[in-house]
Amino acid sequence: MAALLDCDMGTPARPGTAGVTLEIDGMAVTVPQGTSLMRAAALAGVKVPKLCATDSLEAFGSCRLCLVEIEGRRGTPASCTTPAEPGMKVSTQTDKLAKLRRGVMELYISDHPLDCLTCAANGDCELQDMAGAVGLRDVRYGYAGENHLGQAKDESNPYFTFDPSKCILCSRCVRACEETQGTFALTIDGRGFGSKIAAGMNENFLSSECVSCGACVQACPTATLIEKNVVEMGQPEREVLTTCAYCGVGCTFVAELQGDRVVRMTPHKDGKANRGHSCVKGRFAWGYATHKDRVTKPMIRASIADPWREVSWEEAIGHAASEFRRIQGKYGRGAVGGITSSRCTNEETYLVQKLVRAAFGNNNTDTCARVCHSPTGYGLKTAFGTSAGTQDFDSVMQADLVLVIGANPTDAHPVFASRMKRRLREGARLIVADPRRIDLVRMPHVEAAHHLQLLPGTNVALIDAMAHVIATESLIDEDFVAERCETADFQSWRAFVSKPENSPEAMERITGVPAAEVRAAARLYATAGNAAIYYGLGVTEHSQGTTMVMGMANLAMATGNLGRPGVGVNPLRGQNNVQGACDMGSFPHEFTGYRHVSDGPVRAMFEAAWGVALDAEPGLRIPNMFDAALDGSFKGLYVQGEDIAQSDPNIKHVSAALAAMECVVVQDLFLNETAAYAHVFLPGASFLEKDGTFTNAERRISRVRRAVKPLSGLADWEATMALSNALGYPMHYNHPSEIMDEIARLTPGFAGVSYDLLDRAGSVQWPCNDKAPEGTPVMHIGGFARGKGRFMITQYVPTDERTGPRFPLLLTTGRILSQYNVGAQSRRTDNVVWHEEDVLEIHPHDAENRGIRDGDRVALVSRVGDTTLPARITDRVQPGVVYTTFHHPETGANVITTEYSDWATNCPEYKVTAVEVRATNRLSNWQAENSEFRRRAARIAPAAE
Amino acid sequence: MDAQRLIYMANQIAAFFTAYPEQEAVAATENHLRQFWDPRMRAQLAACLGEGGGAGKDEGGGAGKELSAIAHAAVLRLAADKAAGAPAPGA
Repeated sequence: MAALLDCDMGTPARPGTAGVTLEIDGMAVTVPQGTSLMRAAALAGVKVPKLCATDSLEAFGSCRLCLVEIEGRRGTPASCTTPAEPGMKVSTQTDKLAKLRRGVMELYISDHPLDCLTCAANGDCELQDMAGAVGLRDVRYGYAGENHLGQAKDESNPYFTFDPSKCILCSRCVRACEETQGTFALTIDGRGFGSKIAAGMNENFLSSECVSCGACVQACPTATLIEKNVVEMGQPEREVLTTCAYCGVGCTFVAELQGDRVVRMTPHKDGKANRGHSCVKGRFAWGYATHKDRVTKPMIRASIADPWREVSWEEAIGHAASEFRRIQGKYGRGAVGGITSSRCTNEETYLVQKLVRAAFGNNNTDTCARVCHSPTGYGLKTAFGTSAGTQDFDSVMQADLVLVIGANPTDAHPVFASRMKRRLREGARLIVADPRRIDLVRMPHVEAAHHLQLLPGTNVALIDAMAHVIATESLIDEDFVAERCETADFQSWRAFVSKPENSPEAMERITGVPAAEVRAAARLYATAGNAAIYYGLGVTEHSQGTTMVMGMANLAMATGNLGRPGVGVNPLRGQNNVQGACDMGSFPHEFTGYRHVSDGPVRAMFEAAWGVALDAEPGLRIPNMFDAALDGSFKGLYVQGEDIAQSDPNIKHVSAALAAMECVVVQDLFLNETAAYAHVFLPGASFLEKDGTFTNAERRISRVRRAVKPLSGLADWEATMALSNALGYPMHYNHPSEIMDEIARLTPGFAGVSYDLLDRAGSVQWPCNDKAPEGTPVMHIGGFARGKGRFMITQYVPTDERTGPRFPLLLTTGRILSQYNVGAQSRRTDNVVWHEEDVLEIHPHDAENRGIRDGDRVALVSRVGDTTLPARITDRVQPGVVYTTFHHPETGANVITTEYSDWATNCPEYKVTAVEVRATNRLSNWQAENSEFRRRAARIAPAAE
Repeated sequence: MDAQRLIYMANQIAAFFTAYPEQEAVAATENHLRQFWDPRMRAQLAACLGEGGGAGKDEGGGAGKELSAIAHAAVLRLAADKAAGAPAPGA
């Protein structure tokens, strides 16, 4: 069931301006062409009884409750399936209709439990509402006949219950699974009286293809599909509109609460990023916020060998400030720095970089976008002038061709993937470039025209080969290029990609992709109409990540696929606020809005606003901080919300660097892996406990609203403010809105952003200023942000991470639907039923050569480290390639990955590691030692009596 | 910081620009180092010139214990600036 904030109009809105005027119960209403009578009535303020209709789904016309009469027409058509026509005079309430509706309801209720008072949906049940609406007073048929009562519930899903006894077969769940989610896991099984809702091949929900997105639960009008939390707790009594804290889609949710207890999270219909949809993480996996592992008291210790000691906020903050100042006094101003997470709000990341620049007095500030999408920022800024994706999510609905490169949207960005799948079902073509056969390659009603199954590390060779085809087969949009791009750079690029060594035939031996397939894909991309590129970390996390981003930008410019809806170059950001963290000046070389610290006038503006002299030199990036720590010139680190000891490559290197520091301050919800090396722990606040904003992958700024008070007493921005004050640099904000006001004053692209605007508009996409007061859904219309688009020469340079006799396989890593990055949140939810540990995907040939059977524990060894995990034999990976996730610290996938990184940004090359795999029956030495170390590092001394 | 790692990273940058005319590649490599490298990293890289890191022979990717020709030329320009290079304006 939907939240109260979401008023159900019965059928979906139709595009276009109002053009059809008709009368509903004597009231004139004007609606767009194609609007149903039911929706027209709702727009006129008239509620037509309904059960099978809901405005998130196309009309179905099965329940026969929404019947109406139309003057001059025979019969009683269903208002949900009858389109409005000019001059129609419609009656929604007549004696005839009332009698028909009561008859329908009698039939429904004759086969429905009469347990309303004890039903979990009591007070939130459309069947109950409709019985009241039609004035049902008795059921002439009695209740003794054959019925569906007393059937067993399916309790297999950890989050919701399926009670077939309460099902009215409205098919909303089936249609939600098809239309909204695009999984097709549900169906109506059987015929007539034997009809029933079935998951998969008559399995239980957990065993079926169901991805637990919650769309069926959202659509269900009764208690048939209902959240277990509602069953256990009862109905929520208040609502707070907020934004999901998981992936970069940035879904708008309604937090529904009883007092300060969250009952459920439901996707907001008017959320412009998610359009009322959700995934298993945002919808259900928020229980970590009250998990027993939450640490809610500040703690300090002199040495990481000591147990933690709980202290007051004042003592913890004072100790941290004193240590940072001591270190700077001893080792120099540049010996300390700060790192934020993309899980933090814009306001929090802004404050931390301000603290580093203004209070520490250096530019050693970085954010975890360093290890995911920093090449996007560099590459797109070079090509277009702006470090951001070009489109809004809605744009995909106008794409004719979707090119997915190095992304797995159905797992990592599932809500956007559902929209993409909807467009593909409507007829858009699809090309997938990925070393693995991701689900999008072939799934119900979606099949890629081309799967370019390249070898890891060869993206640039592939994009150059595609560019070669476009340049040599006269597929360039010459008019677009002549008008919109730098001529000399374009000519250099055209000459470069036209060289024979860049042809698909020449590149085939590098990429492993048949030349004919590349040629066909390139032709399709160039000629399909609106062609849109969507990409992920399979592009960026390479030694040539930035080169590949530029290569994709070249391709889009060459074919004129920029500056209008349906096209573009679109990074699918990994975490909820990757875009925002980058926007907020978190990188060591630039202030907010991507302005370099050496830019005198810009720096002078910040100096005037902040009242302090600022460093004109770039600071250390995250990997540089580690190197400098081992070199002895970097000794103190403030880490807000990021778990670098699990998420960054070559964990042994990271751990050694952290161990070499004299003061590590970790601010987090949990004692994460990094906290094992920390001297001060500041308890963090979950997204439910604070105000702020997140900026999603489409540059959309959305509000995060405090639903409950911080468990530790302070929101994260308050803790940062306290630390700054203790360091002697005063910060005073009464509310995060004041921080955003400061950001807006100092950042041209945010000049129009305020909490008032966000409250009014729901969300807004930057740039938002005088030129675009309501924001900018599609960028570069009519011209690029930098003026002319810039083609860059993207020569393929192979990574130095090579396979050989010792390490003959290539490891690539990623994440899956039910878990999220280092798993700090999602591992502490029931999502573990889908993924309780990391596994290694290995091709049957490679497994057979090594005597490995499915489920065997295997040792995964690279030149920097080794771990063990269970094997899963699958041909989703190609021979020579293995794949795993990095969600579980016990596995420590990043103990395997190396320090090879992108040439421009130092983004680690997570996607290419040469490894060997062999069967084993014991944990690796690192796993055994790390387990014991983690146990000891997490000890908390008993409180003094 | 580890000199070999700095040399490796500088060579990677130079390798990207190798596709451009030499003078343009050298200037772009130098500019990249100024804009994105912390001064202590630039200074240590410049110091490598006197420690056998500046042979300028290797034109490949990041591999090699010596600076590539383009990286070498870029670092020479950095070293010529006594302050180890004030960064160029703009990003």
